[in-house]
Amino acid sequence: MSTTAENKAGFGSVLWDYLTTVDHKKIAILYLIGGLFFFILGGLQAMLIRIQLIAPDNEFISAQFYNEVLTMHGTTMIFLAAMPLIFALMNAVLPLQIGARDVAFPFINSLGFWLFFFGGIFLNVSWFAGGAPDVGWTAYAPLSLFSESHGVDYYAIGLQIAGFGTLMGGINFIVTVVNMRAPGMTYMRMPLFTWTSFIASVLILFAFPALTVGLFLLTFDRLFGGNFFDPEMGGNVIIWEHLFWIFGHPEVYILILPAFGVFSEIIPTFSKKRLFGYSSMVFATILIAFLGFMVWAHHMFTVGLGPIANSIFAVATMAIAVPTGIKIFNWLFTMWGGNIRLTSPMVIALGFVPTFTIGGMTGVMLASAAADFQYHDTYFVVAHFHYVIVGGTVLGIFAGIIYWWPKMFGTMLNEKLNHWFFWLFFIGFHLTFFFQHFLGLMGMPRRYWKFLPDQGLDLFNLISTIGAFGMAIGTIIFLVNVVMTQMKGEKVSGDPWDARTLEWAIPSPPPFYNFKQEPLVRGLDALWVEKMQGNGKIQPAEPLGDIHMPNRTFVPFVISLGLFIAGFGVMYQGAMWILAGIGFATTFGAMLYRSLKDDIGYHVHKEELEEEGDGSNG
Amino acid sequence: MAEDVLKSGNLPENPERATLEGRNKFMGFWFFLGGEVVLFASLFGTYLALRNSTVDGPTGQEIFGLGLVFLMTVILLTSSLTSVYAMYHMKNNDFKKMQLWLGITVLLGFAFLGLEIYEFVHYVNDYGFGFSTSAFSTAFYTLVGFHGAHVAFGLLWIISLMIRNRKRGLNLYNAPKFYIASLYWHFIDVVWVFIFTVVYLMGKVG
Amino acid sequence: MADNTNSANQTQKKQFYKKKHREQMKHQVITFAMMIAFTMLAFGLVMAEVDAMFTVPIILVLAAVQVLFQLYYFMHMAEEGHEWPAAMIYSGVFAAVLTILALTIIVWW
Repeated sequence: MSTTAENKAGFGSVLWDYLTTVDHKKIAILYLIGGLFFFILGGLQAMLIRIQLIAPDNEFISAQFYNEVLTMHGTTMIFLAAMPLIFALMNAVLPLQIGARDVAFPFINSLGFWLFFFGGIFLNVSWFAGGAPDVGWTAYAPLSLFSESHGVDYYAIGLQIAGFGTLMGGINFIVTVVNMRAPGMTYMRMPLFTWTSFIASVLILFAFPALTVGLFLLTFDRLFGGNFFDPEMGGNVIIWEHLFWIFGHPEVYILILPAFGVFSEIIPTFSKKRLFGYSSMVFATILIAFLGFMVWAHHMFTVGLGPIANSIFAVATMAIAVPTGIKIFNWLFTMWGGNIRLTSPMVIALGFVPTFTIGGMTGVMLASAAADFQYHDTYFVVAHFHYVIVGGTVLGIFAGIIYWWPKMFGTMLNEKLNHWFFWLFFIGFHLTFFFQHFLGLMGMPRRYWKFLPDQGLDLFNLISTIGAFGMAIGTIIFLVNVVMTQMKGEKVSGDPWDARTLEWAIPSPPPFYNFKQEPLVRGLDALWVEKMQGNGKIQPAEPLGDIHMPNRTFVPFVISLGLFIAGFGVMYQGAMWILAGIGFATTFGAMLYRSLKDDIGYHVHKEELEEEGDGSNG
Repeated sequence: MAEDVLKSGNLPENPERATLEGRNKFMGFWFFLGGEVVLFASLFGTYLALRNSTVDGPTGQEIFGLGLVFLMTVILLTSSLTSVYAMYHMKNNDFKKMQLWLGITVLLGFAFLGLEIYEFVHYVNDYGFGFSTSAFSTAFYTLVGFHGAHVAFGLLWIISLMIRNRKRGLNLYNAPKFYIASLYWHFIDVVWVFIFTVVYLMGKVG
Repeated sequence: MADNTNSANQTQKKQFYKKKHREQMKHQVITFAMMIAFTMLAFGLVMAEVDAMFTVPIILVLAAVQVLFQLYYFMHMAEEGHEWPAAMIYSGVFAAVLTILALTIIVWW
């Protein structure tokens, strides 16, 4: 099982290894590849949108295709790029940070990935099957009921499948944190990335069921003659909006909290100081999660909920600025007086703080219900959410990938190219979206295919498109960097950044069992404690013994494939019902097989472990 | 060591939480139930929003028969008690009796499901109250149907557990499985308590 | 010798747990009886066509109490080791209440 043996293995056996893996570190790589693939796809769609809007009255793509591209850009970026990339970081890092040998449910972890993967593929099959969904990523009824192609059905069923996977992933991480922490790793010693991932997983648990139900209702209305959103039959279109945003608003915190966690790891490491206000950071995270559940209707101020409901949701929304502000100040105070090293993750963090603050401020502006009537559905909103999602989540994801790359792959991305990537992406980003604030204030509505000449919109749209190319070139440089680094394959030590937390105490990439002996955690920033007070090595909490590991399995792939097949049957019906039969039989058959067959794992024996050195890096 | 979990007999107190895998299953399933609370809340909310949207179709007041619903309620509540008995015998390490009580639970579950199907058929045939009749009918069938699907899934789950383990008795590997299946069964009952109250009783009151 | 005391200990422990379980079972049967009684009360109120303003709040409270019985007696949520499950169930209830309030109150405004 040593890594050299794997390197020599043929393509087929590597593929089989990844198809059947239950190792959280390999699942992290799968999520990373899947997420980056869809990130590129969503990015290409974004470029199409910006090229269409480069000049007034442009005919670069047709109106229908524009609608499809715009819908798929949003859907892909949120569900198929940002979510899996965050799961990639969580899988790669979270178990290591708490000193666990594995996640709580290795099988379900793998199932979660394959459900996401097949859900994403299912959604994208729509391009080749009569047209992608064309009603915006929010799929508001009744527009989503009137859309004639099967695009919206692909949306509903594809997201349903991917959503199951996300829910399972969320439960897995909650239980991992609750049950699998190493001795001494109390809750208030957990690194902040673990904390924010934990809270984000809790949000997943309570937010995704609302999406599940919403998507079921949409599916029933479109495919089975339901009347939920049909006013003629007594239905109500607002129900969809509520369910969607009861899910959708916590979802944006699911996206941003782990990014906060990433920066809360990077800033202390490169400031050589412990995180300022650790417990207030934890408290702020929980408070954001709590408030995040009672603000969803700020997406619906113009629906006509009335002044009372609007005011309640406006106040709750503005309240979120308080815990978020606490975090911003804590990061600044961590850097204050620190010994700052301007590595690329740190530079990204420095770019993130002001960018996210701008996004937060426009958020408070939008939270004011009266003013929102002016901003609603204009480019001001587009600018706002790109400032928080790109300026927060995407920067966080890239910072995290660069920071933990050595831990995941044992190699180091080229720092020079990292800086090039960041500056191109960052400047491009501000060019693209800063001017969209003004476009919005001038009244340019979002989601429009064209704008007319000589209304003062031409220049800013042009600048915006130029900026988008900057982001694209930056991303290409990042990808080139990834390929070059992996081709060279220069190995680095287990702790190349001189970092503070537990994951840096073991070799890079870690052995498949993570920790040879369970680590003993003696304080916050466990590794730093040992560096300052001990010999720089984590003390073991147990003598060397056999390690219990889960068996690899192909069943998650089969379960997910079954649902993928069944989706087509449910959608096309008629003779295609047979596909639904085959698909569901496959899924339930595989589930039954899983439940009936004993799977107690295997043991790595003490003798084998003794041959492999002491398990610390060095 | 790994094989020890498959030995039956002489189990500790709380066998469902004696191993790390058991504790994980136990926690994870409870958390899943927390998510299910929101799932059913979304369905209840939708139903409550649409409960007066009968258009030209029949109203709940016209079609709900409280006698049948009462019978279904008593059956499901009793099945909850019988699964408690099953867990009681699990904790006393009495596999035979546990299987017996689980069997009774399953029979009661089937009785409930049969009555529910009868109820639906009756509505469709005698009142013309189909899935597409009105927004109310869609919401009704979706909410009650989701619950029914949960019952059906629970039955299949418990039956396959019973058959799989019929010969080898209780051990640390399957005790958590039995335990969470019984948690699931109680949760189904929790949901039903709100269904009979909110859908049927409040529907009858108007 | 050591084995002897050990097994004696074990039987004692078993006896103790058995007794504890029987005690628990008694509570659970009582709970069940109360649940049936509550159900009959709720159905009775509706069948007797008592005023809706009175009936609806009462049957909702009866349902809530029944659910608490299920959670605490049948699902043992009060026992040790159930702190996280209880926290998650109540968080779920929090999200659930908000969802239901929104969908019942502000959808038709």
